[in-house]
Amino acid sequence: MAGRRIAGGPGVGGTTGQKFARKDVAAKVAGLVSYSGDTQGAGMLHARLVRSLYPHARITEIAIAAAQALPGVAAVLTARDVPCNVLAEDPSGTGGGVFTQPVLASTEVRYVGEPLAVVVAASPVLADAAAQLVKVTYEPLPAVFDPGLALADDAPPIHPGGNLCVQWHVNKGNVEEVLAQAPVVIQREYATQFVDHAYLEPEAGSAWLEADGVIVIRAATQVIEHYRRLAGMLNLPHSRVRLIAPYVGGGFGGKEDMTVEPYLALAAFHTRRPVRMVWSRQESLQARPKRHPMRFQYTVAASRDGKLEAVDINILADAGAYALLTPRVLFAAAVVASGPYRVLAARVVARAGYTHNVPSSAFRGFGAMQAAVAYEQIMDELAETLGMDPLELRRKNFLQRGDELATGERVETAVWLPETLNAVQAALGPEPQPSRPGLLVGRGYAMNMQPYGRTVWFGDQAAVWMGLENDGSFHLRAGVTDVGGGQAAVLGQIAAEVLGVLPEAVTVHFGDSALTPLTGGTFATRQLYMSGNAAVRAAESLRERIQRVAATLCGGDAKTVVIESQGVRTARGSARWHEVAAAARQAGVALEVLETFFAESGPGYDNRRGTAARTFPDFTYGCHGCDVEIDPETGQVQILQYVASHDVGRAINPLSVEGQIQGGVAQGIGYALTEEVLFHEGQCLNGTLAQYLIPAAADLPPIRALILESGEGKGPLNARGIGEPAISPVAPAVANAVARALGGARVRSLPITGEKVVDTLFER
Amino acid sequence: MLPQRGTERVSYTLLVNQQTYTVEQVEPRMLLADVLREVLRLTGTHLGCEHGACGACTVLVDGRPVRSCLMLGIQAQNQSIITVEGLSASDATLSTLQTAFWDEHALQCGFCTPGMLIAATHLLHENPHPSRQQIREALSGNLCRCTGYQNIVNAIERAAGGEGTESRG
Repeated sequence: MAGRRIAGGPGVGGTTGQKFARKDVAAKVAGLVSYSGDTQGAGMLHARLVRSLYPHARITEIAIAAAQALPGVAAVLTARDVPCNVLAEDPSGTGGGVFTQPVLASTEVRYVGEPLAVVVAASPVLADAAAQLVKVTYEPLPAVFDPGLALADDAPPIHPGGNLCVQWHVNKGNVEEVLAQAPVVIQREYATQFVDHAYLEPEAGSAWLEADGVIVIRAATQVIEHYRRLAGMLNLPHSRVRLIAPYVGGGFGGKEDMTVEPYLALAAFHTRRPVRMVWSRQESLQARPKRHPMRFQYTVAASRDGKLEAVDINILADAGAYALLTPRVLFAAAVVASGPYRVLAARVVARAGYTHNVPSSAFRGFGAMQAAVAYEQIMDELAETLGMDPLELRRKNFLQRGDELATGERVETAVWLPETLNAVQAALGPEPQPSRPGLLVGRGYAMNMQPYGRTVWFGDQAAVWMGLENDGSFHLRAGVTDVGGGQAAVLGQIAAEVLGVLPEAVTVHFGDSALTPLTGGTFATRQLYMSGNAAVRAAESLRERIQRVAATLCGGDAKTVVIESQGVRTARGSARWHEVAAAARQAGVALEVLETFFAESGPGYDNRRGTAARTFPDFTYGCHGCDVEIDPETGQVQILQYVASHDVGRAINPLSVEGQIQGGVAQGIGYALTEEVLFHEGQCLNGTLAQYLIPAAADLPPIRALILESGEGKGPLNARGIGEPAISPVAPAVANAVARALGGARVRSLPITGEKVVDTLFER
Repeated sequence: MLPQRGTERVSYTLLVNQQTYTVEQVEPRMLLADVLREVLRLTGTHLGCEHGACGACTVLVDGRPVRSCLMLGIQAQNQSIITVEGLSASDATLSTLQTAFWDEHALQCGFCTPGMLIAATHLLHENPHPSRQQIREALSGNLCRCTGYQNIVNAIERAAGGEGTESRG
């Protein structure tokens, strides 16, 4: 075996903009990374949840005596053991609604899998056995599983405030008037499905009590800031709960809401012993939040030569049994519902209804991707009605810098829609040909705009600490969670670039709510934007201090001080790192800094008028295109080639950007063709990875990622976010290619299964 | 119905990564994956589904790839087991295949990676110069949710002495 030392990787010395093989990747290929489920220790207990078997029922009794009596059982915890059994959240951040959810249900359950009790025992086997001894007495109640039915007058009430979870409005111009006079008006409906994140690492973690009484939870989470909610649950000061996130084995939004954290915290709090909890894949598929199924009704008006005039859009989403992040997801859908196009008049009503299904919440794409399923299909359908080329129709209506969105806000940064479309068109090459007679082929495209960063009224912020050792190595501390996208490593790379040192000179310490400055979670494609900007500021501030000290030490102008691996140099002289450190001490200059980046902030959304001066800080734009081949006998869709292009502002590490795009496309193809978590009256019908089909290697085509750089992002070094943008255009691109192959017949609900394709062909 | 919890305990030896381990006083029903992770503390082998569908827990048993979540530890006696920790000569070095995964950015979260490396090791042993299609088919039992597989295929091709960096599918 040819060996290579793990320290010092390939591409080292490469800085920003060059392909840079991350250090974390080396540890992962060696099998040396300790994930959340890997923690072990003497006396470790194991926790298991008792979950509801019914979608809606009154709980008359939870009998725990038999479980408690089982030898080896340390605790059986129910609602009465939760000091504050309410998790409250204002997910839209506008004060518009605070939503609550019990940690453990006690009187009523609202979905299958809702947690009722935590069993803590000496082994996983014992915990399973004890969980089965917990006797729950249910009185089943009428349940509703369709958000449309849930919003009807006679629907069983799911929450005291009614079954409408949220309703957003976006208004621009007079839609009625434009629609009445428009020469061409088309109406279409589209639907999307429940989808699971299906990261390979299940929900997992451990918790223990420190000698000073601090409760530590080490778990697979995207958000270490949840420690405050955990403290609230335990009625403890925030400073006495610590949440640590080691490298996470995939998140995609599924580890944005809490999963194992509250149950681990409770178990450690009550038993005062280390506890581990790992969810089974079945629990994950049945009971952890999903991507929102949405139904879209689109009415689009245009002139005969293809200028968009008005859009009238109704969106209805299934929130499931609890709100979680539904209000935020629906907001993103509403903002981009008219797509990256100019419209004179727009009316969007985006609603979510509660049901007795599993809750829906965050998932990569976050509402904006469901909207793309609708807005990009109707562009093709409008083109067909007008007898126009769909790409020409798009080009005629592309949003441009300076334009006003449907919300009324102006686009200030580069909008590289033509550039990404041209790149994809050129890369796809000649039109596809069937591989044998009888097969159908088609090519489809989709554009998208996807926000990155939180809406401006959250007043988002992120902090990064940097310090210099007297041997010339740097620490960077940041509370980021690294879900696999290199969220930690990129900060070291950015800091190294600013300081002018090699990336390996900077060690990144991350993901600990007690010991690393808080950056906010890894979600909303915000982490590079927020923490990256904070890292730039921290590195600049530290560089300035080093230069000041070096200038007094060596003589010369501080601005001309060059930082090198051994120390500093000016035109007049040089000094080694330990000399710099000594001089700094003498001068009373600390070679350590804490810098906070504050995102652009602004007033809350005016939901009555349906307008805002600004919603999200910025958007990432892109274009995807693909060729499909369909066997009309089976309806099976095969993707022959796939090309995806995004303007990422600046690619700090092209390897990571390409990885995000390729992975986003693969997930999007699953969404388009095979994935759907099936529920029958709330019971999951495909609760294993043998039944819930995410794409395997042989299912996927070659995916080409074309990275464009306008240099106009709001992230560090002018980067734009790419995590979520990469997934959004996939399903509509595939759907448009399928419709082309079927000669205009269209499957308007995801996933586009063989059965639906065959049915659609028959209907024609 | 409460599952019967036997009181029987067994002890046996396992040969893992060319090292002999004694597994003492465990329940006979303990899965190989759990023995590796919990008893031998070789946590590089990951559990992603516990029903043999995701491939993250794949190890080599006498040279054949096996889902360690579908085999009992006690069944693996007298056989040679290789886990991800055994792919490199030492903790400080990486094998050609591991280096290729690193160079080609063949992973993001890394959770599926040990299983992928084991599956690829087996493939390259059976077929030192596989086509890209053969690589994709050989990985069919190993799921990845982050990468879209392309860089994994590139890495395996590169380790096999091919180019590996093109996006040829």
